[in-house]
Amino acid sequence: MLTLTCPVCGVTAEETEFHGGGEAHLKRFGPGASDDDFEDYLFMRENPRGVHFERWRHAYGCGKWFHAARCTTTLQVFGTYAAQTYEPPKEICDKITGERPGWSWRLFK
Amino acid sequence: MSDPVTALNGVSSDSGIATITGVPLQGMITLRGDLSAAAVKNAATGVAAVDMPGQGEANCVENRGICWMSPDELLVLCPYETVAANIEKMQQTLGIQHALVANVSDARASFRLGGPRAREVLAKLCPVDLSPGAFTPGMFRRTRMAQVPAAFWMRNADTFQIICFRSQARYVFDLLKISAQPGSEVHLYHA
Amino acid sequence: MSTRLATGGRLLNKQKALNFSFNGKRLRGYEGDTLASALLANDQMLVGRSFKYHRPRGVVASGAEEPNGLVNLGAEGKFEPNQRVTTTELFEGLSAQSQNHWPSLEFDVGAINTHLSRFLPAGFYYKMFIHPRPLWKHVYEPIIRQSAGLGRAPKARDADTYEHFHFFCDVMVIGGGVAGLQAAKSAAATGAKVLLVEQTAHWGGRAPVDGGTVDGVPVENFVDQTVSELETMPNVILRKRLMGAGVYDHGYVLGYEQLRDHAPEKPGPRHRLWRIRAAHIVTATGAIERPLPFAGNDVPGVMLASAVRDYVVNYGVAAGDRTVVVTNNDDAYLTAFALKYAGLNVPVIVDARVLPEDSPAMEQAKALGIRVIMGHGLAKVQGTKRVTGVAICSQAGAGAVLEEIACDAVAMSGGWSPVVHLWSHCGGKLVWDDAQAHFRPDVDKAPTGADGQPFVTAAGAANGSLRLGDVLGDGDQAGKLAASAAGFKVKQTACPVGESTQEAPMVPVWLMPQGAGVELRSKAWLDYQNDVKVSDVQLAAQEGFESVEHAKRYTTLGMATDQGKLSNINGLATLAGALNASIPQVGTTTFRPPYTPISMGSIAGEARDAVFQPLRRTPMHDWHDANGADWEPVGHWRRPYCYQRAGESVNDAVMRETKNARENLGLLDASTLGKLIVKGPDAGKFLDMLYTNMMSTLKPGKCRYGLMCSENGFLIDDGVVARIDEDTFLCHTTTGGAERIHGHMEEWLQTEWWDWQVYVANVTEQYAQIAVVGPNARKALEKLGGMDVSKDALGFMEWADGELGGFRVRVYRISFSGELSYEIAVDAGQGQAFWDALMVVGHDLGVMPYGTEALHILRAEKGFIMIGDETDGTVIPQDLGLHWAISKKKEDFLGKRAQERSHMTDPDRWKLVGLETLSGAVLPDGAYAVGDGENANGQKNMIGRVTSSYYSPNLDKGIAMGLVLHGPDRMGDVIEFPGTNGATYKARIVDPVFYDTQGEKGNV
Repeated sequence: MLTLTCPVCGVTAEETEFHGGGEAHLKRFGPGASDDDFEDYLFMRENPRGVHFERWRHAYGCGKWFHAARCTTTLQVFGTYAAQTYEPPKEICDKITGERPGWSWRLFK
Repeated sequence: MSDPVTALNGVSSDSGIATITGVPLQGMITLRGDLSAAAVKNAATGVAAVDMPGQGEANCVENRGICWMSPDELLVLCPYETVAANIEKMQQTLGIQHALVANVSDARASFRLGGPRAREVLAKLCPVDLSPGAFTPGMFRRTRMAQVPAAFWMRNADTFQIICFRSQARYVFDLLKISAQPGSEVHLYHA
Repeated sequence: MSTRLATGGRLLNKQKALNFSFNGKRLRGYEGDTLASALLANDQMLVGRSFKYHRPRGVVASGAEEPNGLVNLGAEGKFEPNQRVTTTELFEGLSAQSQNHWPSLEFDVGAINTHLSRFLPAGFYYKMFIHPRPLWKHVYEPIIRQSAGLGRAPKARDADTYEHFHFFCDVMVIGGGVAGLQAAKSAAATGAKVLLVEQTAHWGGRAPVDGGTVDGVPVENFVDQTVSELETMPNVILRKRLMGAGVYDHGYVLGYEQLRDHAPEKPGPRHRLWRIRAAHIVTATGAIERPLPFAGNDVPGVMLASAVRDYVVNYGVAAGDRTVVVTNNDDAYLTAFALKYAGLNVPVIVDARVLPEDSPAMEQAKALGIRVIMGHGLAKVQGTKRVTGVAICSQAGAGAVLEEIACDAVAMSGGWSPVVHLWSHCGGKLVWDDAQAHFRPDVDKAPTGADGQPFVTAAGAANGSLRLGDVLGDGDQAGKLAASAAGFKVKQTACPVGESTQEAPMVPVWLMPQGAGVELRSKAWLDYQNDVKVSDVQLAAQEGFESVEHAKRYTTLGMATDQGKLSNINGLATLAGALNASIPQVGTTTFRPPYTPISMGSIAGEARDAVFQPLRRTPMHDWHDANGADWEPVGHWRRPYCYQRAGESVNDAVMRETKNARENLGLLDASTLGKLIVKGPDAGKFLDMLYTNMMSTLKPGKCRYGLMCSENGFLIDDGVVARIDEDTFLCHTTTGGAERIHGHMEEWLQTEWWDWQVYVANVTEQYAQIAVVGPNARKALEKLGGMDVSKDALGFMEWADGELGGFRVRVYRISFSGELSYEIAVDAGQGQAFWDALMVVGHDLGVMPYGTEALHILRAEKGFIMIGDETDGTVIPQDLGLHWAISKKKEDFLGKRAQERSHMTDPDRWKLVGLETLSGAVLPDGAYAVGDGENANGQKNMIGRVTSSYYSPNLDKGIAMGLVLHGPDRMGDVIEFPGTNGATYKARIVDPVFYDTQGEKGNV
């Protein structure tokens, strides 16, 4: 069972206080989008062995969504950050690079 | 109009290792807004008559106070019968400021958990470090209590005030009573 | 025979005798005894029967590793099977029964299996019972079920209580032996908060029995002194009878505390499950001695050498008068010495090794006058229910008997295996140590935590340091390392020095004698509880079960309640030998928590009976309960299904309530419906995105029914939205939807449209909401007096704030029944009083409360859909004929793009219609309609299904709704629904609005 630090309220808590919300940094496609784009948005997901970016909600705490960068094999948490962004912050990417040189995830490296 | 009642209407228990008391009617107002905005701060402090708490804190005196719920939400405590007037006052202070004010006094139930073993009783139910070095008066924590959401702070060195949803008041009271059953001291935290 | 000695027993309080019973026999022991030591003191060596062959089984060990001594403890609500006698502390009145035998322990019919063992090899069940197939269900399975299993499952409700406890520390040390004590001390010296736990009732582990000195004083004194020092440190918590059960991700440890198993008369919970988060964990869990695989090593009286020693030193109990020691290492010599010092006879030490020179232990044995024969082993053990003697052979040979020696106990030692379970639970890797012939933690491959750094350190014997001198240093180092890893500054402190003794190296012995033929190998036990022998593992290898995980499951090696604590290493070595591979090549099976079985009650904690799950109660819950409510769970809520009157069936009540709401006046507790305030300059824009219909055009004071879909286009909720003012809306959700839809709104606001100015608050529980329904609804409110609720003042789909009967209320003129209806919200604290007031004014108007089933029938009579009945996560609004609620003007809303997909616009999607059986009978809910032809699987083609079906008392016939292929185009057609009872229901497709089709009743 993981521990995560909610970047919004600063509380470090066990997984039971949180609710996992799947993959982070999805771009929404709505009316007018092509079938392929819409399919990607709705159904296609990363399933990496290693570095991953996820959405979590501090459901039993402040109620806020945030993002976590995590290793799916070792469960190392590289960092958590605000959900109001289109890409992971540089310091987290740098940290991952330090720990997992050569990593890539979708368009991020 | 008849007299309003709390969910469990004056329930209490002192048969175990801690005392559990249902808190009488308590005015509670949810205030959502930009907590850095002067109007929002003033709206809260103006009716609670206490200073703004910091992140993760509660600043409460008797039945008045402000609890920090999240970066855009406060829970303002005031006497039950003053809620309507206070909401009016808060709306005036807020003016055109984008904010949401809602009376949640009846949506919640509140309990006091007291005695030297109160920390131990609560630590049976919440995944929170409740040792005296880690959780102190002034702090405010929203978390999970067994299977339901709850929030609490310390009124003094050995008394917690707990807030839960009204519909779950019986469940929370029963939980506390079971966790305080005679002979269940953990012999760990001594207030 | 085994007996209590006149002297010795360091853990006993001989001033306090305790009475207990075993299989009804009244026996006596002392305070401080375990059930095992007390049984042995009463010469009760035979304690059970094995799983497969029902072989007689005696106590083998003295701790958690015991495979044989499993008993049923207690009775009724205190009954518990499979309790290990070696870890059960004796108390006054303890009552135990042995397991797995019939009719008695002494004479067990099932023991015939031992004579059939030649025909019951590994995989017997798989091979034997596969053919013919029909026999399995009716013959084989019932017989096997009858004879399988060890203890009985409890029948009575557990009379005890259990709890959890959440605890946080910097360093957790698991194991209170000398390594753990020293680790705790060195960690605590840095100021770190340390939790030290010990699974037994005593500190010091094996050290006080094994002896030795620390800084010149006996190790027992060192233990006492260290414990006293730790007890005075405010940053150290010491707990006995608390086992580290499992180590999990991110420093999570489950600790199993047995509070009252040793003192059942005390009040309070029986077990406490500690849910611990430690920055760093030290596993000082010791080591377990291995048996030696020789023929007859399962005869009662054959025990681990360390156990024999423990019983003498700790409990003053002799396993036998004449004990033969058989070993491959020096440690077992300590047993011979302990027996000798206690005045008992050790006829011989049989040592499998051939060494160039005597070790100090051998010299000491000889000095004590004990015969030592090197290079020898046991060819077999004589006796069935009890050892009567051993036959000695050359270890190098095939088992030719050289000499027979009479004895009544055998103390064996095949070397020591570190307890690596907790190290391994969360991914710690192992290395094979050739010199000591065991797996020990690989310090370079420790489990890693949230920060990617190692969070477990093994110490002492658990780390492969088997001698006192090494153990102390290792523990000291581990404590410092742990504190440092937890962020504390380590000061260089001196470590106490343990006595170092010179020992001759051990020599691995995986079979005794090494050339034993099949006759002996099929009597050399590896797993005592599950009856797995050397020959079984060899057979498994021969039959191709080469992976250790396969061999384990084929033979059941290590699958018993002891999880192979004694058997696994010997089994692996046997498998490696059979495969001609090295032991590390074969590897180990997976170590899974818990270390030893923990009670189900402790896992459940407080969650049982009234607090098994959180039941949610509305403000009028108690009234409903006092007035005959037949409860229906709706999520965690309890809602009245109906209110049963005396002498009335549930169905009668539902019919009565349904009719009364149409004829007079019904009251429904609608408090559970979700109520969400959505406020802000962008609130209208936001709701336009959430609902399929247009909400931004709603006028203040008005209500509108809305549908919500997921991005996938499917219906997820519905409800009435009221516009409170220019930038405030109140959204009603379904009962199950309040938290879910609140979360849904927050998710979109926080993660997609975070620049929109909208706040949401869930005020569901602030209000009691009561639906006042029926032709007399308005009269009732007018009798209460207050605000104007006339048709002109408060039209359909309008709301108003005001006062009724002195209560501050908000009244919504909305209807889910088609009747004249008001939903009235009051503060929850006055909900009951308002309900009472309505009952009073309604008395002369025919008021009756109605429950959820009447609610369902009323809405079905009107063809109103219900989320969860007409929808199942695959239904879009268009399927339900709700096109009128889907805005065509809006460029976007959640689900819009999805509903444009070809599959969603397919004219062959099943559509909502009403259904009426030709006979007037009620269609079975969920029944499928069949059409022409068959599908690829030869099944009839399905053309629809029933989504709601009720008997309507107002129409006096069965009514239903369903989704049917081309349904709306087939009005009047009759289709067939096969039931599960062989009957086929013919139903006509009709309009789903069955009652008051012009909507006149609500329009008054």
